[in-house]
Amino acid sequence: MTEISHYAQVWSHRTPRKRLLMWLGWLALVALFVWCWQIMTETTIWMFVTDAPRQAADIGGRMLPPRWGYLPELMNPLWDTINIATLGTIGGVIMAVPVAFLAARNTTPSVTILRPIALFIIVASRSINSLIWALLLVAVIGPGLLAGIIAIALRSIGFVGKLLYEAIEETDKRQIEAITATGASQAQILSYGIVPQIMPAFWGISVFRWDINIRESTILGLVGAGGIGLKLNASLATLAWNQVAVILLLILGTVIISEWVSARVRHAII
Amino acid sequence: MLRLIALSKTYATGDTALADVSMDVPKGQLVGLIGPSGAGKSTLIRCINRLVEPTSGQVMLGDTDLVRLGAADLRRQRRRIGMIFQEYALVERLTVMENVLSGRLGYVPFWRSWLRRYPPQDIRRAYELLDRVGLLQHADKRADALSGGQRQRVGIARALAQEPELLLVDEPTASLDPKTSRQIMRLLTEICAERDLPAIVNIHDVPLAQQFMQRIVGLRAGCVVFDDPPDQLSESALTTIYGAEDWHAMRQGDEEQAEAQADAKRRLAEMPV
Repeated sequence: MTEISHYAQVWSHRTPRKRLLMWLGWLALVALFVWCWQIMTETTIWMFVTDAPRQAADIGGRMLPPRWGYLPELMNPLWDTINIATLGTIGGVIMAVPVAFLAARNTTPSVTILRPIALFIIVASRSINSLIWALLLVAVIGPGLLAGIIAIALRSIGFVGKLLYEAIEETDKRQIEAITATGASQAQILSYGIVPQIMPAFWGISVFRWDINIRESTILGLVGAGGIGLKLNASLATLAWNQVAVILLLILGTVIISEWVSARVRHAII
Repeated sequence: MLRLIALSKTYATGDTALADVSMDVPKGQLVGLIGPSGAGKSTLIRCINRLVEPTSGQVMLGDTDLVRLGAADLRRQRRRIGMIFQEYALVERLTVMENVLSGRLGYVPFWRSWLRRYPPQDIRRAYELLDRVGLLQHADKRADALSGGQRQRVGIARALAQEPELLLVDEPTASLDPKTSRQIMRLLTEICAERDLPAIVNIHDVPLAQQFMQRIVGLRAGCVVFDDPPDQLSESALTTIYGAEDWHAMRQGDEEQAEAQADAKRRLAEMPV
């Protein structure tokens, strides 16, 4: 074996120039942090901050023991919340499916007109939080469950539509080609070439969104859109901390159960 | 039966995939289409049923020029052309039966296909075809539960469900092992003989083409450079199609490989279980 002597012995991951730039970059980040910290703390009243642990302990103390007797009264609002989430998800999914087919590059009938419109619907729906949708809808159609359901549905269109159109664009072209070659019509190509391929994604996305909507619908009551949030609002307003504790624990339990259901369903599909 | 007249295809990128290809395929003839990658074999096959739109030329299926047809007429004519694909192109999440029945899509209205309410004679025929390709007991399995060879058999059954007058076969054995490849080729040739079906078969494997095809068409850079029975496929003809290469040495290589495989098999058989 001969020793190869003309190869360099030293290897470095970055050139000196890159190392210098990296160092300057980190310096800039630290400087930015220090500057932001100063702005942030300018108007802070430090007496309140130092007081925080005592306040937290005080509220925590008032929360204990939770007033379990309040629980039966919460069952109806909880049922409302679950209904808002479920009906809202169903409504959102129904509206999202056509939007997704219009937005997917390989199924849209018109790339220049309909696709941008569908993409705009998706962005518009995603950019507005359900709580804000609910605020608007309570103003428009009055307080109650319906406002909550529509708020959840409108917010879900964007989420479901975006994930679904990405799934449609990722379908296997060869399967679609094979169905086309049999002489199938456009509708048949959709139902045999594309729909079977996106079914797992469709159910996965829908159940995932339902799980998110359970969480989101718990706070819609804060703005009057029905459900358990109404009770939370009322208890907070009357400083009934032991009731707040019961509500929070109930929400936690519901969310855990919905996550479990959603995980099981997705596992069963995929 | 099928006549291509001066068929040309230039892609939007400016690549000429087919240049002035003319050929006749009479009823019952098996044509093997060989040529290097990028010679236009796949484009030629797809121009016939217009999965790829030809730039110019005519595709005469019987008396109909497929190139001139509007969308609805094209769909009706596509029913006459069965297609078999390289990687089977089955709808993986549907059952074997649904895949075979999808060959009837051009014949049934949308609601029937949507509700899977196919006419009884279509269903009976689908079962017959599954029996013919040896998959009757797998009818209700999902397509992705089958092996490669089995999936290609489903692909064949799907194409036959169309009751086609012509088969287009795109690299049917490219993803199969040598033994399964031969079984699939044998099945294809038998089926074509039974029904007097003409077929155009894209095929990478020259020995396989020589063994099973009645006519070999060699494509190079979009032009037909060879068109004769397989026994005329000499080394010089192969050089015209594929470019210079030591064909004799390659065949020796094939023999060596075959010997090695046989040897390995023998030793496997001798191994104590």
